[in-house]
Amino acid sequence: MVHFTAEEKAIITSLWGKVNVEEAGGEALGRLLVVYPWTQRFFDNFGNLSSASAIMGNPKVKAHGKKVLTSLGEAIKNMDDLKGTFAHLSELHCDRLHVDPENFKLLGNELVIVLAKYFGKEFTPQVQAAWQKMVAGVSIALAHKYH
Amino acid sequence: MSLTKTERAIIVSMWGKISTQADAIGTETLERLFLSYPQTKTYFPHFDLHAGSAQLRAHGSKVVAAVGDAVKSIDNIAGALARLSELHAYILRVDPVNFKLLSHCLLVTVAARFPADFTAEAHAAWDKFLSIVSSVLTEKYR
Repeated sequence: MVHFTAEEKAIITSLWGKVNVEEAGGEALGRLLVVYPWTQRFFDNFGNLSSASAIMGNPKVKAHGKKVLTSLGEAIKNMDDLKGTFAHLSELHCDRLHVDPENFKLLGNELVIVLAKYFGKEFTPQVQAAWQKMVAGVSIALAHKYH
Repeated sequence: MSLTKTERAIIVSMWGKISTQADAIGTETLERLFLSYPQTKTYFPHFDLHAGSAQLRAHGSKVVAAVGDAVKSIDNIAGALARLSELHAYILRVDPVNFKLLSHCLLVTVAARFPADFTAEAHAAWDKFLSIVSSVLTEKYR
């Protein structure tokens, strides 16, 4: 179970307030599909994923990225109970979507890189460390109901 | 896994910019590594790891210089890093999982400093390149 200090929560919440969820979601998911092309296996019905620019411009990728990050936004309001927050989604990812939890780690790291790109100097090592904890906690929570 | 011509061109071109801030990037990468992944500090009990420490700066420079060597011999990374590969296999014996962590922190540092250049395509090329470097460094482990 990941425990966040008050300082870490403040760092995460404060940065999140400045994130354009739609844009960041599309970027993070898009980059996952570009950098780790095997992750495209989950998105056969997304249309054109044939090149980096096709992927980054794909409307379904953007829409799904937004969905994923919106869910993360909800989790940020409940950082003391990530497992509870993601219980239903965990079951979904196991039983219906059949997603290897390794992918949650990959996407989490893509999000961290996108945040670094958007926030530059403001994304200090301390801020990154808090966010690595956040995405790790989310990955663990999403894998928690797997069986 | 090997780099395409396009990927090589992207890496070499970005290296031109990265190398102008090589030392700072090396130091920042290590700072990020030790803060986000404290377990990596276990490999440096003999170092002063506080921000700004001379040892941290020196080691960061070393790491980035080695990446630079790989870029300069991008057609023969194994050859360029042969000595380092043996060092990691027989002396340092850093657990292979840590190369991914260091690579990630280097990417974060580059993304933060060169956001406009760090397109999805560049990101993919660099991730692949660092993965190859990591493979070379762990190639002789067993």
